[in-house]
Amino acid sequence: MDSVSNLESVTSAARAGAPSLRIRGLKKAFADVLAVDGVDLEVERGECFGLLGPNGAGKTTTIEICEGLTEPDEGVVELLGLRWQTDAKELRQRIGIQLQESQFPDKLTVEEAVRLFRSFYRHGIAVDEIIRTAQLEEKRKARVGGLSGGQKQRLAMATALVGDPELLFLDEPTTGLDPQARRHLWDLVDELKRAGRTIILTTHYMDEAERLCDRVAIMDHGRVIALGTPQELIASIGGEEIVEFAVGAAKDLRLSATAEDVCPPILSTEKSRQDGAPSEDSFSSALAPERTRKDGARSGLGDSETTRVAIDPAVLKGIPGVQSHRVDAGVHQLSVSELHTAVPRIFAALEELGLHLSEFRTHSATLEDVFVRLTGRNLRDE
Amino acid sequence: MNKLELSSLYQLTMVRFKLVLREPEAIFWIFVFPILLAVGLGIAFRNRPADVLPVGATTTQLAQALAADHGLKAMQVDEAQGAHALAVGDILLLAVARPDGVEYRYDDTNPDARNARLLADRAVQIAAGRHDAVAAQNELVHEVGSRYIDFVVPGLLGMNLMGSAMWGLGFAIVDGRQKKLLKRMVASPMPKWQYLAAFLLSRLVLLVIEVVVFLGFARLVFGVPFRGPLWQLGVVCVLTSLVFSALGLLVASRARTMEGVSGLMNLVMLPMWILSGVFFSASRFPNVVQPFVKALPLTAAIDAMRGNMLQGIALPHLAAQVAILLAWFFVPFVVSLRIFRWR
Repeated sequence: MDSVSNLESVTSAARAGAPSLRIRGLKKAFADVLAVDGVDLEVERGECFGLLGPNGAGKTTTIEICEGLTEPDEGVVELLGLRWQTDAKELRQRIGIQLQESQFPDKLTVEEAVRLFRSFYRHGIAVDEIIRTAQLEEKRKARVGGLSGGQKQRLAMATALVGDPELLFLDEPTTGLDPQARRHLWDLVDELKRAGRTIILTTHYMDEAERLCDRVAIMDHGRVIALGTPQELIASIGGEEIVEFAVGAAKDLRLSATAEDVCPPILSTEKSRQDGAPSEDSFSSALAPERTRKDGARSGLGDSETTRVAIDPAVLKGIPGVQSHRVDAGVHQLSVSELHTAVPRIFAALEELGLHLSEFRTHSATLEDVFVRLTGRNLRDE
Repeated sequence: MNKLELSSLYQLTMVRFKLVLREPEAIFWIFVFPILLAVGLGIAFRNRPADVLPVGATTTQLAQALAADHGLKAMQVDEAQGAHALAVGDILLLAVARPDGVEYRYDDTNPDARNARLLADRAVQIAAGRHDAVAAQNELVHEVGSRYIDFVVPGLLGMNLMGSAMWGLGFAIVDGRQKKLLKRMVASPMPKWQYLAAFLLSRLVLLVIEVVVFLGFARLVFGVPFRGPLWQLGVVCVLTSLVFSALGLLVASRARTMEGVSGLMNLVMLPMWILSGVFFSASRFPNVVQPFVKALPLTAAIDAMRGNMLQGIALPHLAAQVAILLAWFFVPFVVSLRIFRWR
């Protein structure tokens, strides 16, 4: 049995410390679309690695090439020190895969589905245990067709885990789930991380990547545009706090005598409906009385249309402590390093311009802000 | 878990088997429909006493002469009425009295009308005083095995095996492809051939039930004969099922939609429904197309089944049919393994 001993030696070499995943110069085009355009990545053992990006960024193509389901046009993929071209059988035994849209037959029960997948692996986890891990004990005899979205995803996870994989691929594991089911699935991933499994997941949810991943690669248009821990990436955009506000000149204000002061920085005005998204941020709720005091005299801004006013960006960027500025649908976004010194200065500057705030909120910078900063686009716009 | 439960081929086969049994429609088409069809045909083509043929005559004398034959029912009509009755099919033959004898009007392409002509002429000649030169006696025989129901049961069996194998596989595979289940399967270490083989194996399990139920019914209710060895009939059934499972695989190996696979399946099955002698003998088709008709898998299957059941022909003498079936199994199975689209 030459081939077996060969495999054994490859395996032991792989165990000696090759990274779980190594990709070099990966390229893949579909028809005339370049889905993956030169991706290099390395994932260490025990790491939870996230591929983050909008739909169409090339995440799924990248992960499917890693899973051996798609042939790359160019580039090298090594998993556990092995390659698909030569060690496909061995690799299939050692990795676990959850695909984005796979549906198991409606008339199969949870237990039957898990048992079926267990039979494909030489070594693995007992069916009972994996059903317990996926918290599907109550649904054990239930048919797949009767499961909720979250339960179906947990079943998909169970079938990915049943071979006790050294490397686990999860492609958009929580897409389409309600918030509670998402959190439930996150808990499951947390558990797997604690058990020391290497996990590679794709997502277009920033909060998911931040919550679950040790390291994140942000992808856009088939390229990795940022790579690091969530904290590193957030720190890389400079400011760690984001201030969002909209200013308005209410119509009655324009008619009043003081309105003359308003003129200088107005470049254009646009009418837009007040979003009025209530901020859950504790910081902005602390600011609420301030808003009331300022706006209270001028008959409820939150419930009416306001005329939003564009401001010369240079004025805002000139405020000490402000790192960057952008406008999205009339809402100004400033990234600032120190909230407690920057906010009073922003208020002062706006007051000086004779503008009043129609919206104001702050939050700690997230990966979303990193993406916006790098691409000038919102992730969820896509 | 015991050893069998850890076998992926066993698990795949059982899953397929369970999925079919959990589909109520499948149960109807596989088990109930062929029995209903057999009952319907059995009633329609049951053996009745020989038909009495209606004829017309233009004179009372002539009508009486015709009525003397038990095989004829004669009525008296004038010539115009008679022509009308003949045209609308109320009578098969009109006997017109002529000064110099009798004139028979009938359609010589209609076998019943030709019979009526023979009976009518005999009756007229006997009435005129003819005597038979040779004394003849009739002894009537109704032989089991020569009835229409005996002929049609093997045909229905073959057609049913074809339909259930092709629909069963075709739809299940395209459904799995649409739901990305096939992609999930190849992402696991499952050997690909096992996935396809499980379809064939689960078909064989169903086949036992299907064949036993249908043939048992035909035997009990119609007394259809089994003249050849039963195990050889079993072999033919298994082979037939494998052939159409492999064809089902081939038809479904690339199709992405249900509409696509349905069209392909009809394209494959329709010629066989017509040409392969399910309801009437395939030998009725012109000699030019006979080689083509004989090479069809359903023709080979039904010929082998009829040979076994009705004539008691042993398997070695059905070698041609068996060879055709084997070819129709291996070629489609190997081709579909190669061209199968997993995603």
